[in-house]
Amino acid sequence: MSDGGGFARLPSAAPLRDRDVAEPMAILRERGQREVFCGLTGIVWLHRKIQDAFFLVVGSRTCAHLIQSAAGVMVFAEPRFATAIMEERDLAGLADANEELDRIVERLLARRPDIKLLFLVGSCPSEVIKLDLSRAAARLSARHSPGVRVLNYSGSGIETTFTQGEDACLASLVPEAPVSEEVAQDLLVVGALPDIVEDQFQRLFAKMGLERVSFFPPRRSGAIPAIGPNTRFLLAQPFLTDTARALEARGATRLSAQFPFGAEGAAHWFSAAAKAFGISQERFDEAIGPARARAERALAPLRAELQGKSIFFFPDSQLEPCLARFLSQELGMRPLEVGTPYLNQELLAPDLLALPKQTRLSEGQDVDRQLDRCRAQKPDLVVCGLGLANPLEREGMATKWSIELVFSPVHGFDCAADLANLFARPLRRRAGLKV
Amino acid sequence: MQLTVWTYEGPPHVGAMRIAAAMQGVHFVLHAPQGDTYADLLFTMIERRDVRPPVTYTTFQARDLGSDTAALFKTAVAEAYARFAPQCMIVGASCTAELIQDDPGGLAQALDLPIPVLPLDLPSYQKKENWGAAETFYQIVRALAKNPGRTKDASAPPLCNLLGPTALGFRHRDDLVEITRLLAELGVGVNVVAPFEATPDDIARLPDADFNVLMYPEIGDQAARWLEKTHGQPCIRTIPIGYAATRAFIAETAKLAGLDPTPLLTPNRSRLPWWSRSVDSNYLTGKRVFIFGDATHAIAVARVARDELGFEVVGLGCYNREFAREMRAAAASYGLEALITDDYLLVEDAIDRLQPELVLGTQMERHIAKRLGLPCAVISAPVHVQDFPARYAPVMGFEGANVLFDTLVHPLVMGLEEHLLAMFRDDFEFHDAAGPSHLHTAGSSAAKLASDRNRAGRSDSADTLYPDATHSDDVRLGEVRSDDARSGPSDSAHRPSAPPWSPEAQAELMKIPFFVRGKARRNTELFAAERGLPVIGVEALYDAKSHFSR
Ligand code: SF4
Ligand code: SF4
Repeated sequence: MSDGGGFARLPSAAPLRDRDVAEPMAILRERGQREVFCGLTGIVWLHRKIQDAFFLVVGSRTCAHLIQSAAGVMVFAEPRFATAIMEERDLAGLADANEELDRIVERLLARRPDIKLLFLVGSCPSEVIKLDLSRAAARLSARHSPGVRVLNYSGSGIETTFTQGEDACLASLVPEAPVSEEVAQDLLVVGALPDIVEDQFQRLFAKMGLERVSFFPPRRSGAIPAIGPNTRFLLAQPFLTDTARALEARGATRLSAQFPFGAEGAAHWFSAAAKAFGISQERFDEAIGPARARAERALAPLRAELQGKSIFFFPDSQLEPCLARFLSQELGMRPLEVGTPYLNQELLAPDLLALPKQTRLSEGQDVDRQLDRCRAQKPDLVVCGLGLANPLEREGMATKWSIELVFSPVHGFDCAADLANLFARPLRRRAGLKV
Repeated sequence: MQLTVWTYEGPPHVGAMRIAAAMQGVHFVLHAPQGDTYADLLFTMIERRDVRPPVTYTTFQARDLGSDTAALFKTAVAEAYARFAPQCMIVGASCTAELIQDDPGGLAQALDLPIPVLPLDLPSYQKKENWGAAETFYQIVRALAKNPGRTKDASAPPLCNLLGPTALGFRHRDDLVEITRLLAELGVGVNVVAPFEATPDDIARLPDADFNVLMYPEIGDQAARWLEKTHGQPCIRTIPIGYAATRAFIAETAKLAGLDPTPLLTPNRSRLPWWSRSVDSNYLTGKRVFIFGDATHAIAVARVARDELGFEVVGLGCYNREFAREMRAAAASYGLEALITDDYLLVEDAIDRLQPELVLGTQMERHIAKRLGLPCAVISAPVHVQDFPARYAPVMGFEGANVLFDTLVHPLVMGLEEHLLAMFRDDFEFHDAAGPSHLHTAGSSAAKLASDRNRAGRSDSADTLYPDATHSDDVRLGEVRSDDARSGPSDSAHRPSAPPWSPEAQAELMKIPFFVRGKARRNTELFAAERGLPVIGVEALYDAKSHFSR
């Protein structure tokens, strides 16, 4: 495994080897009321990404209502997702529930002949009654092949938190990738990204001389890249624990790096690939130099605006540690508490090492206690979910909705300033309002 | 199983939340997994509430199952009591917790808290949000309003309770103000408003009133019936939406309270009658309107649309089956069969088939209408953030009638403009693309949608809670692509027997202003199909026009 550290000549982050386990950060672990979405929410962006896939949640009215509410109600006329709402009689017998499911899938596929990949998405109710969706998927796959493949994963709230739904979905997609028998090294970028960001990344990799680059998930289900021991992969999102494991089980190698947020994060991330693929420092600098300089120029005024401001993260997407790294290292903000629903210290090591030492990391949640801590610390900016934002604003705190951070293009050099702006805007707005 | 894309109602526990959030001093402990906490945002975002809804979720996880979910629940209740010090607690299970059967009611009772703790039975796999709200309100009233009311001084003015206003209701906030004013003017005092901002103590005072005013039957009917039976409180059930209904409400209330209604029944209390009679409103005559919502609002607005604006009601329905009987009776009075369904696709099909000139519905119909290029106004929950206007905008009472006039008329192309468009339709400056200037849609796209709805371009513009994210969402995950459009049903699928259009007739059809073109197309196809014409020519178009014109 490559650590990628040092290659991008990071000014403030020491090379990983030096700090390492020497100063383990204190982590506050809490198990109380959580105020986070469940993994079903990922469907809202995943169904836009894989354009011939359909997501069928097998769940309750609550599940349907959650997706509708998280999507901001009705974004699209008839989107590529739906819920098979279980009713009283489905709970009575599993045999009937399976029959019902088959009938619904039948109808759905007849109505949507454009669907090539169907995900059966498990929910809390389907898990609790032990409706075996993997068997259902196998059965339905056999029935509808070769036109349609049917996969399954769980987005249930008893097992997954928000972005873990994407992780579960992508992990279920890994076995569908053809086995690569090539020798030449391939680079795989893993995590759903906006098309525009993928295209930016692709151009930069090409400039570095890397042509064999593909993205996972693909835009169309028929285009899953081959994966094998010749695959080196870079995670674009920090929440892909299970997906990374599944890829490694396929023989692929993960390249460790800071996540590509901000100019330095992106430089670190690209440099991990450069190093793994033996690209010279010179060529690397030449390739990313202009984009990096552009990003730094765009960030400079934002740094002036955000420097010294304190920030408090409620747990939401698992992006929190990387965002805190970006905001502190590149913009001079002071993270007070960085909450995350789940902390994967291995994947996040490069970002965690670059966090200011006094940062309080918290994993899990007890929302009322966390609110107490937040009020006590009076941060300049609070990053939190939609249920907390307005109440905290009323208490006098400036807030940034965390959900926007997963719905917007925020990765890489050319989005660095957009990302910083998401944090600067609430502060700017407060300063500007005279009401 | 029921295949669902969008739902009109959430699960019953969301209804219970609407009651708890509306009240003061009540806390709700819900046995539920973490994802169910999404419901908070309905209140904080859609309604812009500046406090968290008073709800504690246990957020149990898979690893808790089978071991200690019950203990988790008890801890949550105890901690919520200690932290929030409510005067009353309600406890219940969401869909998932219902399956693990922990008996929240029993567990909470076992804690022996010094406040009333009310168990709710919310069958998630059978019932929905409105039912849950009504049931919760009823349980609270039944438990807290046991004692008979105080005997009142005979000289004191009559007192009533206002029942039904709650969180996330359509214009409840302003209706309440309007009705309270009307009653005050009549000489009736308001004893308690519930559940809106009522405390448990207020609920206990409900029996002090002489009678009840049931503003929203969907929420308050069960409680009103119980109060009637138990405390002998009569109930006013006329819904004061529209001019005539408001007068009827006043007359009925005055009679019950033994007061004189005449000062409130003088003409000119509302502008609606004159606004509707003034000649510029002539063009409203016979406008074909489709109405869908909760039964109470849909029925009331249909009456206003026909009797007070002179529209023709061409479709009427509701999503709440609990009021199916009332809805069927109302629809019959328009010679219609009620559309009673919570399947949004069926509603869309009905609108598409009927080609109304105006759609009045919930925010779901707003999206349907937008996509079909039809004018629309929201008249019922479920609501969205824009249905909570900053200004005062009741739909009940005389001011409500004014608001309704505006609401129903503004989406339409204005009368004079309609004439001009027809008169100058061949003038190059009045081509379709010009569109009506008061609709925000670019003229060309509105025209295109209305004229050419077979096209796949049915993807809606993003309309989200996250204005900032709206555009970036599209950027992030690709274009809003036409492959997202529904594959089917096309116009011809709706009217399989309709013959094809000749090129000349098609061209002639395109000369008709876009806002009546849908109707012309539909009428002509119907006419041609009925007569078995092999092809629709220009003659058929004009024959149909004369056939259908009154
Ligand atoms: S937490 Fe469970 S029950 Fe609730 S919406 Fe998510 S999957 Fe459905
Ligand atoms: S031009 Fe615009 S504002 Fe004027 S009448 Fe026509 S629609 Fe209304």
